Amino acid sequence: MNTFLFPLRQTLRRDLLLAIRHKTEVITALFFFVIVVNLLPLGIGPDPDLLRKIAPGALWIGALLATLLGLQRLFSPDHADGTLEQMALSPQSFTLLIAGKIWAHWVVSGLPVVLVAPVLGVQFDLPAHSLLILMVSLLLGTPVLSFIGAVGAALTLGLRGSGVLLSLLILPLYIPTLIFGAGAVEADLAGTGVQGHLSLLGALAVLSVFFAPWATTLALRIALE
Amino acid sequence: MSVSLINWFKFSSPASFYPLAGRLVPWFATIFFLLLCVGLWIALMMAPTDAQQGEGYRIIFVHVPASWMSMFIYCVMAFWSAIGLAFNTRLSGMMTSALAPTGALFAFLSLWTGSLWGKPMWGAWWVWDARLTSQLILFFLYLGFIALQAAIDDPRRADKAGAILALVGVINVPIIYFSVQWWNTLHQGASVSMTKAPSMAHIMLAGMLIMALAFWAYAITMALMRVRCIILERELASEWVKRNAME
Repeated sequence: MNTFLFPLRQTLRRDLLLAIRHKTEVITALFFFVIVVNLLPLGIGPDPDLLRKIAPGALWIGALLATLLGLQRLFSPDHADGTLEQMALSPQSFTLLIAGKIWAHWVVSGLPVVLVAPVLGVQFDLPAHSLLILMVSLLLGTPVLSFIGAVGAALTLGLRGSGVLLSLLILPLYIPTLIFGAGAVEADLAGTGVQGHLSLLGALAVLSVFFAPWATTLALRIALE
Repeated sequence: MSVSLINWFKFSSPASFYPLAGRLVPWFATIFFLLLCVGLWIALMMAPTDAQQGEGYRIIFVHVPASWMSMFIYCVMAFWSAIGLAFNTRLSGMMTSALAPTGALFAFLSLWTGSLWGKPMWGAWWVWDARLTSQLILFFLYLGFIALQAAIDDPRRADKAGAILALVGVINVPIIYFSVQWWNTLHQGASVSMTKAPSMAHIMLAGMLIMALAFWAYAITMALMRVRCIILERELASEWVKRNAME
């Protein structure tokens, strides 16, 4: 098992090391999330009842956009300096190497969002239990965003205007995650059960973590041809 | 040409498909025209006025076939994408990109007629009904596909990238549909339901089916005409284009 996951651990470690050496990128994405979510009360008004109502959607849409921001740079630096081609040619499983990179993207862009979200939730006057559900839903949902997003990042690798194109391709595919993620928090606020939402979110996570690296690899091989 | 002599793989080559498509186009165009005439005659002349909705319901004869076709064409695109990725055939990718604009057109037509129908019946141009929302998302998926292919210069890469996107999309369409349906029933209740209509008169159903077949023939005609253009564009440098098609 350990040797099987060896390529995954290697790229995960390497990408995290690179992220630590370029801290500003990580921090910029996180600040983007904080600012986007904070703009909403300024645009809508400070009424606590209203804010509590829109909080799940606002926080989740912020998480979606923050994930998109980092996706554009998921493969492009490695593509530019040829590392990606070396990975494709290496005897290690390309799919596992790529899966490691996607997990690294999640640790860099998804995990900080999960950790900061409760603070922003407090700004939206969410009760403590809902904050916990918010964290759990983001913890289950943000890997889905990274893994589905990786397919789009691979498809648009090296294209003109790839950033905008990436959003156009990926955002419609994020809709189920958004619905179940924000739905879980809303259900908790409304006092109904959250089990169903979280189970479906978990199912989406399992499916995307399993299948998306495969589609990503296929798309990368096409881009590298 | 006897049946046993038909080699199906022969037509997977653009050079031999080009003249075949050219011969098929007038046939499908004729079928489209005849079915359209019959369908519109039934829709506008024969079908009775609806007891609840009056004459306004007649837009259903365009709306429902357009919605069906928009979903069907996406599945056909996914089918050709799978064939293209599995067998590495050039024509499959050309077929997929030829189908996409027609599919997007039908998705848009379905949204547009739905909104025209919704205003007098529901009193709103747009409601966040599950079907409307998933149709809108399908339209976005079409736009994403077209935009991705337009952004890639190399046609072979455009074909393959589009194929992956179409396959990822077709896996997601049912997930999106059910999630949107669940989202709607959880939060708004069934404020508007299109399924509450009383059982449809046979003549209406017949009109709708004939219109759907007419739209199908239209989609085939358009896709074949478009694929001929795509073949010419891509094979411009080859001998057979210079010999046969450029006269």
